[in-house]
Amino acid sequence: MSKFKSVETKYMETREAALRALSRLHRRDFMRVSTAVLGATLARSIVNPHSFQLIQVARAQDEVLPQPGAAERALPAVAKEDAPKQDPKGGFQVAYISDSHLYDKKLNDRFVNQLMRAVDDVNALDPQPDFVLYGGDLAQLGQAVELELGAAILKNLKAPVRMMVGEHDWYLDMGEKWRELFGDPSYSFDHKGVHFVVLNSVVEKDFWTARKLTPMQRMQTVAGLDNGVQSPFSVGDAQRKWLADDLAKLPASTPLVVFSHSPLYKLYRPWNFWTEDAEQVQALLNKFKSVSVVHGHTHQVLTNRIGNINFHGMLSTAWPWPYAPEGLPPLTIQMGRADPFNPHDGLGDGVLTIHPDALIDKLYNLWNRNPITISRNYLASKGTKDRPKPPPLKSY
Amino acid sequence: MIQRTLRMGALPVLPLLLCLGCEEPKPRTASEPPPRREEPAQKPAADGVEVLLCDGKTKTVVAPGTSGTSIAGALMDEWLRKNPNRNWEAEERERHALQPAHDNGDLVQQQDVQQQTYARITPRDVLIWKVESEKLATAGSRVFHSGDELGSTIAVSCDMCHPHAANTHPETYPKFQEQLGRVALLRDMINWCLEHPVRAKPMNSDDPRMRAMEAYLYAQRKGVALDYGKR
Repeated sequence: MSKFKSVETKYMETREAALRALSRLHRRDFMRVSTAVLGATLARSIVNPHSFQLIQVARAQDEVLPQPGAAERALPAVAKEDAPKQDPKGGFQVAYISDSHLYDKKLNDRFVNQLMRAVDDVNALDPQPDFVLYGGDLAQLGQAVELELGAAILKNLKAPVRMMVGEHDWYLDMGEKWRELFGDPSYSFDHKGVHFVVLNSVVEKDFWTARKLTPMQRMQTVAGLDNGVQSPFSVGDAQRKWLADDLAKLPASTPLVVFSHSPLYKLYRPWNFWTEDAEQVQALLNKFKSVSVVHGHTHQVLTNRIGNINFHGMLSTAWPWPYAPEGLPPLTIQMGRADPFNPHDGLGDGVLTIHPDALIDKLYNLWNRNPITISRNYLASKGTKDRPKPPPLKSY
Repeated sequence: MIQRTLRMGALPVLPLLLCLGCEEPKPRTASEPPPRREEPAQKPAADGVEVLLCDGKTKTVVAPGTSGTSIAGALMDEWLRKNPNRNWEAEERERHALQPAHDNGDLVQQQDVQQQTYARITPRDVLIWKVESEKLATAGSRVFHSGDELGSTIAVSCDMCHPHAANTHPETYPKFQEQLGRVALLRDMINWCLEHPVRAKPMNSDDPRMRAMEAYLYAQRKGVALDYGKR
């Protein structure tokens, strides 16, 4: 099923298929196989000794063998990025890339290459998504050179891009450069009957003036996930007022999708997996029958549902984060612990299939392993249907 | 500072130096080198006298007749300005929460019927144990959170993947790591991460940074049972 298989996995799959096939061999085929095996034994010096393909060749004449790759072809369309994107129920697709944390490319080419990999992924989608959501934290330290580099790379995307701001983009110059490049961080728009709202949810109370921090010290404080000096994230009074006004004119039946950098709920305060005024924001969203919130910042597969609000996390292209030691939503099926020996493990991008009811089939396109899909049925059924299997290795 | 050739008599300098010596001896901090014995070179300035701190480097210029307390204060201010990291421990602990070391305070009260020297424990002992243990772990936290300290060539630090040292599980080492082809100790995995995701040079086992980082990782896993070999 995997896009990438080790030699060992391929061997074990071939072996298993061959042994299954053996049990159904006719006598005539068995003779033929025996001859073939004899031939292989004689030619041992040139033939790979663990080749089970000989048996499969014999069987292929009679019936279709259970091939190792069969499961791959049977994957639902949504789980394969290159599969056709027609949705029978009229949904549309939005690709996402998030949390690239770019440094200047002279300093760090690693994160740059990883963002370019995500851009290639999204450009390879056929058909193209309606638009691409960039989930915030384009830069690592909010520097002009980092933001400009990110903007230049994102220009390679074929589909239009909707930008969201993250704390790493903001706290060097309080968003000056980001706004110059991408405009206002909070805005709304309508697309195919769905109302979209993009928020700046990383507003922090002033912790820097009293400490006499320089802009770079302030930025570095915010850039440390476990740095306890900074304040909790919030949407803030001004933006909540704007949000209330924006939503006031909409009927409760409007499908609503909100993009925010931090999760709009309280998960784990020490890492700012947190929005301080989450309850007030949720109260504004609650009047709608069906709401989905898509957030960055957490760099992991993260799923939650509070009332009728569904929450989905996004993957990072820079580095994966472990799961918070407490407060994990019960609906979250963890992505397996990232392999430190595999440079891109736990990273990726993905696709949101947004349905007319604003519910989302969320594809996490994890690099170097199988994709994970969190279906809308899984959330709508509160975890009783379409439950993905948990991984054997969890973060701890 | 502008040096002038104008010479002042040696006489006003000598009493000032003496005065410094007798007024408010400043407690030495760990980061200060011991005082030097040689006589500091005194160069008179235009409007005052240049005074040298016992570290042999820190200087200040005072008007003749300034009180020793003021001179000491001026020297201390100058030293503080030159040593911005003097409060590194308090600053690091404010930034990155550290698990406290075990408090052995209950041992102080216990009566030692066997009269064993080893078991004669004072509150001072308990305090030193805690302060010193936590200081090493705090030093480790500082290295762990700094790409510069780690020597990263791409400005990557350990906390990017391991906030609060999460997902490092030091209690599971030693364990066989097939990718390394041998049984790995915690420091082997630290070095693997240094060489690959962090792109820094690996550290010797007795590198002060390695010792400090091991201390930090173990400190953060306080209370977790040892379970070597666990995946």
